[in-house]
Amino acid sequence: MEARKKAVSFLTYLLLAVSFVLFVFPFFLMLVNSFKSNGEILESPFSLPTSLNFGHFAEVVDKMNFFVSFRNTVIVTFLSVLFIGIFAAMTAYYMVRRPTKFNNGLFALMVASMIIPFQSIMIPLIYIYGAKLHWIDAAPIPLLIILYIGFGSALSVFMYHGFVKSIPYELEEASLLDGCTRAQTFFKIVLPMLVPTSVTIAILNVLWIWNDYLLPSLVLTKEQDFTMPIKMKVFNGTYMNNWELLIPALLLTILPILVAYLFGQRYIIRGVSQGAIK
Amino acid sequence: MITEKSRLKSLGHQLFFTGPTILFFALAVLIPFAYGLYLTLTDMTSPINPIKFSGFGNYKTAFMDTAFWDSLWLTVEFVVATVLIINILGFILAFLVTSGVKMQNFFRTALFTPNLIGGLILGYIWQFIFVQTLPSIGDKLGIEWLRLGWLGDEHLAFWAIVIVTIWQSAGYMMIIFVAGLINVPKDVMEASTIDGANAWQRLRNVTLPLMVPSFVVTVFLTLKNAFMVYDVNYSLTEGGPYGSTTMVSMHVVQKAFVENIYGVGQAEAIVLFVIVAVITGLQVYFSKKMEVAA
Repeated sequence: MEARKKAVSFLTYLLLAVSFVLFVFPFFLMLVNSFKSNGEILESPFSLPTSLNFGHFAEVVDKMNFFVSFRNTVIVTFLSVLFIGIFAAMTAYYMVRRPTKFNNGLFALMVASMIIPFQSIMIPLIYIYGAKLHWIDAAPIPLLIILYIGFGSALSVFMYHGFVKSIPYELEEASLLDGCTRAQTFFKIVLPMLVPTSVTIAILNVLWIWNDYLLPSLVLTKEQDFTMPIKMKVFNGTYMNNWELLIPALLLTILPILVAYLFGQRYIIRGVSQGAIK
Repeated sequence: MITEKSRLKSLGHQLFFTGPTILFFALAVLIPFAYGLYLTLTDMTSPINPIKFSGFGNYKTAFMDTAFWDSLWLTVEFVVATVLIINILGFILAFLVTSGVKMQNFFRTALFTPNLIGGLILGYIWQFIFVQTLPSIGDKLGIEWLRLGWLGDEHLAFWAIVIVTIWQSAGYMMIIFVAGLINVPKDVMEASTIDGANAWQRLRNVTLPLMVPSFVVTVFLTLKNAFMVYDVNYSLTEGGPYGSTTMVSMHVVQKAFVENIYGVGQAEAIVLFVIVAVITGLQVYFSKKMEVAA
């Protein structure tokens, strides 16, 4: 029995080690090759770099205008996630506490909308906000944020809805009796209790919005507005197969979220699993 | 529960709490979706031309567009390949990282990493592997199928997209399965062990039936994602070589924004919507029926 247990545990480790290598290897390749010249990369893609040459990184930061696209991505992601969180929490709260026909119908409509593929909305979206209203020319980044709030609200309302139901109403009654308005009660009593759910919802929304490509590629047309995925696409087109620049560029693009993961991995993993259970 | 005496106050609250969400949801989803349905009935070659009503002509054109059906069929093959493998692999990984060995959290964290990064960037990272790394290994070891540039081959390019998609999603599904596995009651497992069930019987007769709710979620997510695949497809192959890996999303984007045939592109997008809605709807309906009470 002991020997068998040991064998099983050895096999488990072996399988995990193999999967670890398979899952992490591409990132490892990026790291070791980011310091090499084109010649070295083609010669031996697996060898460790002979020197830590940061020259290509500096060149990429400059050529990519990296900090502009980084700033744009941060602004778009932060504002979208913030407003999705606040508005969705308010809506879900009111839907639970006031289950009128209208509110229940709205909730059903939002849940049903989650199966609409983005592809069946994108053409009219570009038509309405581009050709008809010219918002794409006038204010692409605010438009992008508005659209993210709209797309993100359904899942977030759905998740908050499930959680608000578990909060006892007595707490709110007490604060209403003490003279708080409905809005004060929500912001002072209910919203603080929603913080753990908000963290989960924020993580799920950040992962999606930070990395999104298709929507920004349709809305953002001017270089100064590009988010990081769009910028990387343009950079890849310009420096086709020039690996000594492309690899540092890819590494720089993935670095912010990898660093965030390093610090918040516990919350991120927990957020994803809680998001799935709801 | 909220019961307002004054109608005005009640309307005020309704607007305050649900107004912003309704506004943004309508701007991003409801209005474009409804307008999109209307657009399919019109003849619109470019955004500048006036809209002319054309009945079901666009749907007729869409149904006769062989490139659309080719891309849809390719997508179905892609769906079958990825949904099956991602779910099996995700479940096996979840099983391994909850088996009680040391460093479980480390492995969970590491295997989830690809999900942090968008499909477009992952596609570019793997381009390096398919274009440079694998051929160089193939050269050194004399393995012919590694030496071929996968992305330039009509059949291998499809499998390259499948591999990257599996690599990207398996870790996410693993996390969902882990949440399900942790919730399998310990006493049920112990009881079945005492009753003499071996590991395989416990997996088949206890764990898997209790995991159905997790599978409902993961199969739904993988189905939906696979039908809408775009980023990885775009960054790895751009639909090539010779259009051999153009999946339905990319076809619709090209139809509308490259060929400027908006009405037909939108009609094809609506056909895609109906297919995805029916398939995911049936999937959730039938798998919910399989759920057992713990």
